[in-house]
Amino acid sequence: MSTTTAPATRRVALPRRTSPARWFSDLGWRHLVGVLAVAYAGFPLVYVVSASLAEGGTLTGSNDLFASVSSANYVALGGTKFWTWMGNTLVVAVATGAGTVLMGAAAAYAFSRFRFSGRRVGLTALLIIQMFPQMLAFVAIFLLLISLGDVVPVLGLDSKLSLICVYLGGALGVNTFLMYGFFNTVPREIDEAAKIDGASHAQIYWTIVLRLTAPILAVVGLLSFIATFGEFIIARVLLQSEESWTLAVGLYGWVSSLQDANWGLFTAGAVVSALPVLALFLFLQKYIVGGLTAGSVKG
Amino acid sequence: MMQPVTRGSGRTGWSPGFLVKLVLIALVDALGVYAVLAAWGAESWGLLAAMVALLLAANWAYFSKRALPLKYILPGLAFLLVYQVYVVAYTGYVAFTNYGDGHNSTKEQAVEALLVQNERRVEGSPSSPLTVVAAGETLGFAIVSPEGGVRAGTADEPLTAVDGAAVDAGQVTALPGYEVLEYAEVLERQQEVTDLRVPVSEDPNDGSIRTQDARTGYVFTSTLTYDAASDTMTDTTTGVTYTPNDDGQFEAADGTTLPVGWRVLVGLDNFVTAFGDDRYAGPFAKILLWTFAFAVISVASTFLLGLFLAIAFNDARLRGRRFYRTLVILPYAIPGFLAALLWSGMLNRSYGFVNEVLLGGAEVPWLTDPVLAKLAVLGVNLWLGFPYMFLICTGALQSLPGDVLEAARIDGAGRWRTWRSITLPLLLVATAPLLISSFAFNFNNFTLIYMLTGGGPRFDDASVPLGHTDILISMVYSVSGLDGTAAKDYGLASALSIVIFVVVATISALAFRRTRSLEEIA
Repeated sequence: MSTTTAPATRRVALPRRTSPARWFSDLGWRHLVGVLAVAYAGFPLVYVVSASLAEGGTLTGSNDLFASVSSANYVALGGTKFWTWMGNTLVVAVATGAGTVLMGAAAAYAFSRFRFSGRRVGLTALLIIQMFPQMLAFVAIFLLLISLGDVVPVLGLDSKLSLICVYLGGALGVNTFLMYGFFNTVPREIDEAAKIDGASHAQIYWTIVLRLTAPILAVVGLLSFIATFGEFIIARVLLQSEESWTLAVGLYGWVSSLQDANWGLFTAGAVVSALPVLALFLFLQKYIVGGLTAGSVKG
Repeated sequence: MMQPVTRGSGRTGWSPGFLVKLVLIALVDALGVYAVLAAWGAESWGLLAAMVALLLAANWAYFSKRALPLKYILPGLAFLLVYQVYVVAYTGYVAFTNYGDGHNSTKEQAVEALLVQNERRVEGSPSSPLTVVAAGETLGFAIVSPEGGVRAGTADEPLTAVDGAAVDAGQVTALPGYEVLEYAEVLERQQEVTDLRVPVSEDPNDGSIRTQDARTGYVFTSTLTYDAASDTMTDTTTGVTYTPNDDGQFEAADGTTLPVGWRVLVGLDNFVTAFGDDRYAGPFAKILLWTFAFAVISVASTFLLGLFLAIAFNDARLRGRRFYRTLVILPYAIPGFLAALLWSGMLNRSYGFVNEVLLGGAEVPWLTDPVLAKLAVLGVNLWLGFPYMFLICTGALQSLPGDVLEAARIDGAGRWRTWRSITLPLLLVATAPLLISSFAFNFNNFTLIYMLTGGGPRFDDASVPLGHTDILISMVYSVSGLDGTAAKDYGLASALSIVIFVVVATISALAFRRTRSLEEIA
């Protein structure tokens, strides 16, 4: 940022030339803070990109930023299970995100549009249940899957499907309230009109309510995708063979054993695996920020 | 207001929607029936009952005209009940048992395991010609009895008579339902063959057949015998009798116990261990304190930094505002586990970027010194967490009502006064619920702790694998023994989970009540 052009040009109310001291107390310090904050937020990211391009691939050899640029680490990823893990993670995260949206939206629709006995109790129960984070019960989940696996192996330990099922178990508690509040803002008159025109409740749900609430659905799906992408403890407990690991479990394995030797691999893997989340985040930033604050700012 | 029950529900026409529903339900029913049959086969009655109940509920919900709301709630509810409500309840149950290594199963299975583990070859016991056979991938033995009949079995199937076997010189050459292994194949699977034990009958007291040379089988019987009538275990070599005790183990008169026990309810023992036992009480108190400190400081530091930046960038005249904002929230867009792992390398004592480059070669033990490790954890969490706070503070600042601010200005309030009396209270009302969730999240921020320090450095005095930066949830993980570094103790781990739940739920409930009163004031 240049320091000579005061932003006064756009504002007629301000004097044409401000003194440097005045400028600093108004805007200059903000630029200073901005530059410092960007440096603070960004230097680990610059470092990881540089380390992933370093030739040696060791922790020691990665400290001179961009001293060498080679794609050796990225190529080496092909010789590991990295891409399998990437596939596993994407499958699990996409399935969980989609399932969460569908089930959460359906429940929110029912709570928002129908009046039935047990409705208030149901809402209160959800509020209480969501206070118990699912990860706290990982021991019980582990034990449950052992017995489920004896009956239906695909629902037992070491299966992606059962991991998705476990994540979906947490779907209703976390997201129904966010969506419920949003669904309530869609005027009921629209449903009534459709109903008079002969639409069934299913048609109203699929073609009207879901269309009108698309932004919040995107937010919930995305937050769920991101949360699942980085979930570690349950995945670590449930997935036992290297073939079925997710990225979090696999990359942890690289760093915890022989950190120095695997550093190049890890940084390359980190860059590749951060990209999908980063891209989604930057493209849909507006929606995510809206969703984060929806619960509070709306009041 | 009741919905009219006839409308739209349980349609009888063959519309496309109805067909889709029919196909989906048929699919669910098919899978459900398969699971029910499998549960029947595995004699797992609890699961069987649960599956039947779910299946009936699904069919009723989707074909009844009176279950309209349930049609929408059921899919999520089913998962919620199984994978959240049930596991929470089960956690509560396990917390009151001694489930863990040495107490892994039911009493019946423990008895069987004890008998099997203590099997010895009985001196002078008869030997019989034996052939190694295979049923699919599973190995088994075929025995030719002196009378000429052939009996066969595998590890899970006790010996049973098989008709129609071809026997040549004491060796079975063909056996219906089994495949006779060639000598070369036996050699290849030598270890498996010598490890195999085939029970003689359903009663474990009868012992089993084992072999050393794949040609001769010997009867092994246990040195322990179990008497179901008196419920006692007797060691036939020493004559000592063991009786079951309250801890789920067989105990002799002199107090010695047999190694394999079973699950029993132990009441509050696990909680007593956490709060009172020498090995756990000290670390537990330290960890509890640190968990609170970590969560509170994390929320406070990230909130203050985020708020400060939000204020700094909240000026429409600031050029490059979008640029700053986008770059500043980048850490939030990086998955947390990657960031924690990345920092663990950057903070490495000898080779890390922070020591080598930023501090010019200083060997600061960031992750191995008790105090520095705590600072490092807090510092990394600040980096990870401030963008989120920045985002919500920016959102809250931008949605402040302009008329109130203007009214304050007209009333002659200065910059500081407006900020303190209007902006800050409104901001807190808006962000308080998110601060509480953030506290709850950090209270259980397992990924960060486990990936950055692994809970280390270890306590010097503790005989349990716990360390200075462990928080409660990582303590639960270590105690549970699921990482394989310590003996498994599901009971104690579940009890600690319950403690965490009580803490988090109490604080959330109190705080939510407090924020509601804040809102009423504002």
